[in-house]
Amino acid sequence: MMILSCKSLLRGSRALLCAASVLVPVAASTGAQAETVKAVMMSGLRVMDPVMSTAFLTRDHGYMIYDTLLGVDSEFKVQSQMASWTVSDDKKTYTFTLRDGLKWHDGAPVTSEDCIASIKRWGGVDTTGLALMTMVEDITATDDKTFVIKLTQPTTLLLSGLSKLSSRPAFMMPKRVAETPGSQPITEYVGSGPFRFIEEEFQPGVRVVYEKNGDYVPRDEPPSWTAGGKVVNVDRVEWVTMPDQMTAINALQNDEIDFIQQIPFDLLPLVEAADGIDVKVIDKLGSWTYFRMNHLHPPFDNELVRQAAMAAVGQEDVLRMLVGNPEYFQTCAAVMGCGNPNEDTYGEEWVVSADIERAKELLKEANYDGTPVVLLQPTDIAMLAAQPIVMADAWRKAGFNVDLKTMDWQTVVTQQGNQKSPEEGGWNAFSTYSILATSGDPFGNTTLSTAGRKSWAGWPDVPEIEALRLDYARAANAEEQKAIAAKIQKLAIDKGVVGPLGQFRIPAAYDSEWTGFLEAPVTLFWNIQKAAE
Amino acid sequence: MFSYVIKRAVATLPVMAMVAVVVFAMLRLTPGDPAAILAGDDASGAQLEAIRRSMGLDQPIMVQLYVWMKQLAQGDLGVSLLSGTPVLEMIGGRIGPTLSLAVLTILLTIVVAIPMGVVAARNPGGLLDRTVMTFSVLGFSIPTFVIGYLLIYAMALKLGWFPVQGYSSVDKGLWPFFQRLVLPTLALSGIYIALVARMTRSSVIDVMGEDFIRTARAKGAKETSVLLRHALRNAAVPIVTVIGIGVASLITGVVVTESVFNLPGLGRLVVEAVLARDYPVIQGLILLFSFTYVLINLAVDILYTVFDPRIRY
Repeated sequence: MMILSCKSLLRGSRALLCAASVLVPVAASTGAQAETVKAVMMSGLRVMDPVMSTAFLTRDHGYMIYDTLLGVDSEFKVQSQMASWTVSDDKKTYTFTLRDGLKWHDGAPVTSEDCIASIKRWGGVDTTGLALMTMVEDITATDDKTFVIKLTQPTTLLLSGLSKLSSRPAFMMPKRVAETPGSQPITEYVGSGPFRFIEEEFQPGVRVVYEKNGDYVPRDEPPSWTAGGKVVNVDRVEWVTMPDQMTAINALQNDEIDFIQQIPFDLLPLVEAADGIDVKVIDKLGSWTYFRMNHLHPPFDNELVRQAAMAAVGQEDVLRMLVGNPEYFQTCAAVMGCGNPNEDTYGEEWVVSADIERAKELLKEANYDGTPVVLLQPTDIAMLAAQPIVMADAWRKAGFNVDLKTMDWQTVVTQQGNQKSPEEGGWNAFSTYSILATSGDPFGNTTLSTAGRKSWAGWPDVPEIEALRLDYARAANAEEQKAIAAKIQKLAIDKGVVGPLGQFRIPAAYDSEWTGFLEAPVTLFWNIQKAAE
Repeated sequence: MFSYVIKRAVATLPVMAMVAVVVFAMLRLTPGDPAAILAGDDASGAQLEAIRRSMGLDQPIMVQLYVWMKQLAQGDLGVSLLSGTPVLEMIGGRIGPTLSLAVLTILLTIVVAIPMGVVAARNPGGLLDRTVMTFSVLGFSIPTFVIGYLLIYAMALKLGWFPVQGYSSVDKGLWPFFQRLVLPTLALSGIYIALVARMTRSSVIDVMGEDFIRTARAKGAKETSVLLRHALRNAAVPIVTVIGIGVASLITGVVVTESVFNLPGLGRLVVEAVLARDYPVIQGLILLFSFTYVLINLAVDILYTVFDPRIRY
């Protein structure tokens, strides 16, 4: 009967209302709504192993379900998180004691053996971890809650590594999971962090669901970056992937989502003008963008040509095109970032502003013969597309013969590892960006590895920097480290190891109903709650 | 007819095998490295090599092809290199929004476009014809994403009738299911309505000049009957062909519409997989799309016999 009556109505103009009236009862509510935060993250989560991958979203996923032995607060100080520690007088023996109440999501207690396996896996793949492990003599469990790390020499890398913010933090996993080789992704997602991963609801690249870990015992201290108490005030967090940022903003305005991790700069005015939406820079430290030259092949195998390339590009030109609004960018010559403890301004007089005349002189001095510069330009990621255009323009003005090659970012990533000459399909330069929390020391900052072909794309060979990095690892305190970092800064700029293009901060936006989003270099979902009515 | 269907079904196998080989070869020729994507852009050469080994990408191409074909023969499309999820499961999770959008769009197209085309053909050059053709030109000319944004602005943000985005599967209730598909269906059907309306109009106009139409009129048949029973049925073959192509292209992914309305369908999946060089997922999807095309062509061929009894196989 219902079908017949509807058939007749479907001929009329009220077809939708008919359908609605018939169908609404089917969609009856199934109970009280849990407090849920719906967040649109920067992309879709596909890689689930935060130790194997350096993807920022995978790292953020790691902070949801895993915990770290140590955390870092907003003063850059290492703090206890899962464990407290003591150190011997010779600074070569660290004893870690796990705090009470730590449990994996399957209910089993967190043990020293789990942590040792996790440290070993992380130490086998992470840049800081790899350097650290060369100085580790032994890691042994004293009992279920205590383990000892013996070093061959004193190093600050142990605490800075175990508290590393990004990317890859030293997340703790159950021993059976942590025994997966570092070259293979883990297949079981059990952590001890403040949220549990709901595997049944996971759709790679579409949706990730987390629920509050009721067994999690937060620390008593107030939260600060990854240190302090991780108090969860919501029942559920859903990460929804939206490929179109305009749709995400419309959905935020329509109360369909609560949080957007990154607002594109060109859409910022829309969000700022909307009622009931707060815009906030959560990562105050922000990101830095830079370019990398290939030291293996002409013309950038010549130090003077590299210096010319650095002199020609003006940071403000790049940042105006990339970001636009000066409120969200700043120029900076520091290869370890302005705002980081190792900030140093050496070279700013010619790295920050464009100096075409100086670039021309340097090219003349280098006898540059017009060898083409193959510059890679990814076109599919807004935050990476602008830099090569400005660089190419500046370099052409200085007299470079630039061959701008457009491609998608994944092709750039693949090309990066290609050590062949540009004539054989290689490259001369590309630009990218990293978060400053990752780049504040010469180990986390991959651009400062200068061991020739063994180092990161660009393959600079500067033994003096390599020696200074080792000194940095052995430094007794922060002051000593800062002095070494200043020497590295000078060499990195003079030798053209990396060309800083400036810093920027990407704002987030969220429904004003929510409060407590922690300011941190990584996106954290503890502490947030609905504002009181 | 039955033997024809069997023959066509058997002929599908070599087509699919060729598609499989070509897709496999093309992907391996495309620049990109899933290991680099998995490890991140600062991974060392040794780390990348280890990951490639664990993925089996260090094997010779022919060995990789053999392994994949062997899996295929067992009905296994493999697992995603990035998430480790079985490809079949990924396709299963994404096919719902795409199929739903395709079916609703085609239904709306048929319901709206065919009457529009017939009405226009009844009096070529008349006011109705010009109106229909104007709508048709607009449908072709305005990009789907523009229509999508306008619909979102008016019907979601201003009137609040529908949500901006998202998909709710039918098992969570029919109203949420339809509610989230109304706007994308309206946005997407514009171009298909335009296409089918024009095709219907021109086919019906062609048929209206045939002798049997004159005979029907001479026998005293009403104009409506002439149009619907005689002209439209005889004009159906090209219309069915166009609709068939439309169905196939809808199922193989409508990336822009899926992105604007945040529908997690196959169109988005294929773009994500290509950008991530997730070989098994791309291979599985292209095989599925090829199979869809073959199947729809077969269905269209069979439908020809329904509308035109002169066609026999």
